[in-house]
Amino acid sequence: MSLRLTDALLEEIRRHGAAAYPAECCGAMVGRSAGNGTGGKEVVRLWPAVNRRTDDPHRYLIAPDDLRRLEREVRAEGLEIVGYYHSHPDHPAAPSAYDTAHAWPWYSYLIVRIEQGQPREAASYTLDPERPLMHPEPLEVLSEV
Amino acid sequence: MSVTVTIPTPLRGFTGGADAVELGGGTVGEVIDGLLAAHGGLKRHLMQDDGRLRNFVNLYLNDTDIRHLASTETPVQAGDVLTIVPSIAGGSPAVETELPKLSHAEVLRYSRHLLLPEVGVEGQRKLKAARVLTIGAGGLGSPLSLYLAAAGVGTIGIVDFDVVDLTNLQRQIVHGTSTLGKTKLESAKARLTDLNPNLKVESHDARLSAANALEIIREYDIVVDGTDNFPTRYLVNDACVLLDKPNVYGSIFRFEGQASVFYAKEGPCYRCLYSEPPPPGLVPSCAEGGVLGVLPGIIGSIQALETIKLIIGAGDSLIGRLVLFDALKLKFRELKLRKDPDCPLCGEHPTIHELIDYEAFCGIGAVPAYQGPEIVAEQLKDELSQKADDVILIDVREPHEWEIAHIEGARLIPLGQLPDRIPELDGHAEIVTYCHKGSRSMKALEILRGAGHSRVRSLAGGIDAWAARIEPGMARY
Repeated sequence: MSLRLTDALLEEIRRHGAAAYPAECCGAMVGRSAGNGTGGKEVVRLWPAVNRRTDDPHRYLIAPDDLRRLEREVRAEGLEIVGYYHSHPDHPAAPSAYDTAHAWPWYSYLIVRIEQGQPREAASYTLDPERPLMHPEPLEVLSEV
Repeated sequence: MSVTVTIPTPLRGFTGGADAVELGGGTVGEVIDGLLAAHGGLKRHLMQDDGRLRNFVNLYLNDTDIRHLASTETPVQAGDVLTIVPSIAGGSPAVETELPKLSHAEVLRYSRHLLLPEVGVEGQRKLKAARVLTIGAGGLGSPLSLYLAAAGVGTIGIVDFDVVDLTNLQRQIVHGTSTLGKTKLESAKARLTDLNPNLKVESHDARLSAANALEIIREYDIVVDGTDNFPTRYLVNDACVLLDKPNVYGSIFRFEGQASVFYAKEGPCYRCLYSEPPPPGLVPSCAEGGVLGVLPGIIGSIQALETIKLIIGAGDSLIGRLVLFDALKLKFRELKLRKDPDCPLCGEHPTIHELIDYEAFCGIGAVPAYQGPEIVAEQLKDELSQKADDVILIDVREPHEWEIAHIEGARLIPLGQLPDRIPELDGHAEIVTYCHKGSRSMKALEILRGAGHSRVRSLAGGIDAWAARIEPGMARY
């Protein structure tokens, strides 16, 4: 399994993270998955979300109502939500215990580190089907010609 | 009875790829039990160890979140669709390492909080980590600091410079008869730490001013404004906007109060609501106009409530709303507040970038109040005993104040009636006016002078000075 996206999309995530700094940004990754969820995933576009957690800059929440709307929208396009991205302000691009506790299986969770407002490395993870562990997954960044 | 359960993409690996499952059952809970029995792998993703749904798992019966229905007890009918909708949550690790742990004694003390999912252990730890500054330990500061201390707020800063006076105890319940004459800081600290020894009280023995406000407020997460005057209210507002802090506002007068949360990052500030202060003297203070003692209990409790909600992130904050309370009618009203795009402080093109002179801004000292001639209490006593017939003594207070006490031989003409009742007065007589402490009396003098009376004086310090020095048996208020 791997997550594929263009460098332009990755740049968009990095910019979103920098703009939200020192708070966290979050959003959904919309695309396709090969072999009904058994193969790799490809991101076609991003859906920057409204972070519904405003009480704490170290948390993000995408509300179920927002997700239901998005689900309907992407299904009409013949796409699906393949995962989510969020930023870690001044923390490494690795899942926190809180991330892991709240993760869903199958989805890709892409995390980008924002250091003092500057976007740094990004990495993607998926949840172990047995919980409570997240495994890194290969991130394939495609250069657009 | 067959209900369709729709399975979201991330969970289809556990249903053999199926995006929907048909199940029987009379309630949502029974349907879910059936789902877990058929597809055991789902359990650890949907349920907590205690058998309750994970908090990021949402169930919609047709189009309604079951939390708005009877939760898992909600009855279902054939043809209903039960949809599993994820909430997506996460965050960086900072908070987990920073939040202080709760001791066993604290768990017991806060057990009624911990039973509320909206507070829980995480919320209680946030309360413990929180640093709240209350401006003033008076009418509003008393109930709100008591409730914040009891709720487990870890650090409460208090700014005050006053001492406990007998007239305070009708409403300032953090103080007591045993602390009369002590500083309010000392008195409040003793009571609050008795209520909750886990609490750290930080005392700021000062009048909040443009010189110290930023330095003091910077150290706190939330500011609760319990002040009773306009210069400090604007000062607190401006400092909070400049420092990006939420300002939990409350004010009281007689039988009415109001409360809001001003937080410029998310809504309006106090200046968006009141861009200019009222002219000095137009709005009487509680010391002049009185206040029902329970009223600050209600408004201060609302402030404590909003502070706690901000800390734990629960519910709908009062940001952008002003609550108006009328104690005599027992009515709450609510006004929507909009952020003013032209606000000089938090608008699109702010012109205020630092603290200003708030006394001058509120017109205090800028336009010198009328200063007419005064007579001291001792001299008035002499004059009244020697030539009582030549002196007209006018009490310009209100009838209910007259009932508390008045000077023998005085005539009651409340200030508001004075302009219409001037014809009653002998144009050549010597007039002495008095009020409670001297300020209304000075206004009366101004009115009388304007009407042509030249031989007028005001009793310095009002009936309060008279009671203190001439008639020790007289009631004071």
